[in-house]
Amino acid sequence: MSRSLLRSLLPVISLAVVLGATFYVQPRTMSYFGLNLMLQYAVPIALATIAQMFIITVNDLDLSIGPFVGLVGCISATLLYSNPLLGALALLLCIAAYAAVGALVHSRNLPSIVVTLGLSFVWLGIAVLILPSPGGKAPEWLKSIMALQTPFIPFPIIAAIVIGLVVQLALMHSSLGVIARGAGGNPRAMARAGWSMLKTKAAMYALAGFFGVLSGLSLLGLTTSADAHVADRYTLYSIAGVILGGGEFIGGRVSPLGAVIGALTLALAGSFLIFLRISPDWQIGAQGAILILVLALKAPLTPRDASK
Amino acid sequence: MNHTAIKLDGVERNFGAVRALAGVSLAVGSGECLGLVGHNGAGKSTLMHILAGTLSPDKGDISVGGTRHEGYWSVNVARTNGIRCVFQELSLCPNLTVAENVRIVHGSLKGIGWKKRSQDIALQKLDEIFPGHGISPSDAISDLPIGKRQMAEIARAFTVTDIPLRLVILDEPTSSLDAVTAQQLLTFVRSQVTKGTSVILISHLLGDILGTCDRIAVMKDGKTVAERPAKKFDRHSLVAAMGTEVNQNKSTTAKLAKAKSQAPVAIRAKPKTAADTGELIAHQGEIIGLAGLSGHGQTRMLLQIFSRSDAEVPAPVAFIAGDRQSDGIFHLWSIASNVTIRSLRSLLRRGLIASDGEGLLAAEWKKRMGIRTSDMNNNILTLSGGNQQKTLFARALGSEARIILMDDPMRGVDIGTKLEVYEMIAREAKAGRTFVWYTTEMEELQYCDRAYVFRNGAIAASLEHEDLTEEKILQASFAESSAA
Repeated sequence: MSRSLLRSLLPVISLAVVLGATFYVQPRTMSYFGLNLMLQYAVPIALATIAQMFIITVNDLDLSIGPFVGLVGCISATLLYSNPLLGALALLLCIAAYAAVGALVHSRNLPSIVVTLGLSFVWLGIAVLILPSPGGKAPEWLKSIMALQTPFIPFPIIAAIVIGLVVQLALMHSSLGVIARGAGGNPRAMARAGWSMLKTKAAMYALAGFFGVLSGLSLLGLTTSADAHVADRYTLYSIAGVILGGGEFIGGRVSPLGAVIGALTLALAGSFLIFLRISPDWQIGAQGAILILVLALKAPLTPRDASK
Repeated sequence: MNHTAIKLDGVERNFGAVRALAGVSLAVGSGECLGLVGHNGAGKSTLMHILAGTLSPDKGDISVGGTRHEGYWSVNVARTNGIRCVFQELSLCPNLTVAENVRIVHGSLKGIGWKKRSQDIALQKLDEIFPGHGISPSDAISDLPIGKRQMAEIARAFTVTDIPLRLVILDEPTSSLDAVTAQQLLTFVRSQVTKGTSVILISHLLGDILGTCDRIAVMKDGKTVAERPAKKFDRHSLVAAMGTEVNQNKSTTAKLAKAKSQAPVAIRAKPKTAADTGELIAHQGEIIGLAGLSGHGQTRMLLQIFSRSDAEVPAPVAFIAGDRQSDGIFHLWSIASNVTIRSLRSLLRRGLIASDGEGLLAAEWKKRMGIRTSDMNNNILTLSGGNQQKTLFARALGSEARIILMDDPMRGVDIGTKLEVYEMIAREAKAGRTFVWYTTEMEELQYCDRAYVFRNGAIAASLEHEDLTEEKILQASFAESSAA
């Protein structure tokens, strides 16, 4: 088997291994109900991972996606619940804010890591202002979407496949997707071909904001009430998901389907560790160990640049 | 050749104090192949960037098809006027496929079926220019070797969708091509020209220029100094047009050089970048120049000596970077810390840095190099560019290093500073230090005892001080043709 094929299959293989191990430890999960329960939180994680992937596509990193998802939850559990129009407007504003961050990062040539790290506290602050203590209510329609009982295949799996395929089509196969990835691959070449890097970055950040909003909404649909801190861990989950899925930090090399698979793997790894009865104190560390293991496997499969 | 495709009138462009283009007037007729030659820094690249719209001129007019262009000249204006450019450093996105890279330069390749159309025109153009190329349009650029990348980029420049091709600029297009594909390209260029497309060919291979172009323009110091039909040029007259006569009294230094070559050998190295190459030998106290067109392996030679791979270098080495902003200075540090960083080990006292020793060393070199500042504890960025460069010299000369490698360190430095530094180098060499000096400036070679001329990663010639004329260096820098 060629190295590049093995490399593109690595996310699928790691998902299969984690899934197989889970079924082995707890055979009862091998059912419609079991899978539904295990994977329902994979949907918001997958959406946040897609959001992160758009940022990574243009060689940046978003350290604020977790608190941002939390903020979206808080807005949706209060404003969107009581005043749908105003709530929708606020969420649109969130997306616009993301686009503005992209434009700022590009035009001032700022490191995205620093900007988004700062912003993570801004999002958290606003979320706490809106909802000082956990509470609020999810809109009914949101709850019913997330509790959807689809025939034969559990809803989270269908949702993940749909998200992955739609983004895969848009980013990897559309003519505009080429421009987005090219901006990560060689920004100077794109500028020489007459494309505006400012517009590209703003658009990619806006897309990240859009998927961040979707992630916050789907998470609220599951938890039914909001908490500013509920998604703090999503920042690292999303980055890990993109890399686990075959993406790279620089160079515009990303894979939307891979990113969704990476998110599913991470969500499953959490359940797997619970089934192993590993104490919650050790779970984060164990999850990190799994991550390091998979990434270490990926390293020897990464092709070196032929020109170097 | 009745119409002009593009015409430049008195185009000027400055970078800070450096005048890259000093009023260039140049016209390319439709269906004409114009050759552009000149030594480093003659302004060829700047001129090309202006034509392609990636740089805008400070002054002057650009006319397209006989009418003067009004308003801002940009990449997109250049593109809609059918101007394409193959830059020397490749402009492809390595993470994308060949077809996707074609899509990037064609706004009209979109909607349903864009991928198929893009692949078709990519493949068709590759077949047309380089028969038997062995590239698939769905290959990712990063999977292709450098030669095939260059072929893909050249083919991309000639692809046509909605805008007819007016002018294609090729900057050193054959630098990574083998003899066969290079010939295929030159043949294709001739056939394009007969179809009415104009081509500007920039190359250091004079045989290619003489054999392919209708007309040749020679650039020097930001101006065109000669412009004649190619038939009126031959290799010698072309080289002569590029250079200048430098008359200097050399008898004294020549005698000195003879004496130095008796001194023990300080460096012996062979460039790893080419198979068939001469050897670099430096004796103690010599100033060795590395000459030739930029990017032909000189910096890699310096790095090879620095890392002592395949190089005999018995004494400690210091490196003076040319790109001081990215490779030289520590932006957040003081001038003093920037000077002493290379010497910290000798400043250690009981495992810690002796700060009084550090201050003394900085103060001494402030005086010796004449760094113009009121306080060496000021931030390095408070200095002018020339004084920042002096700081880098102080860092190297203040250390225990006996061999100093210099990577074109005088880029963008004012003439006053240069003369001070030249004097310093001569003094240090007399005291026994060895210098290896890569320079893109002819005049600086006059300070060298011997120079090695690099071409395509190999040492093409070794010239003693008395032979260091511009003509001889140019002769060695420009090969006969790509087949050679």
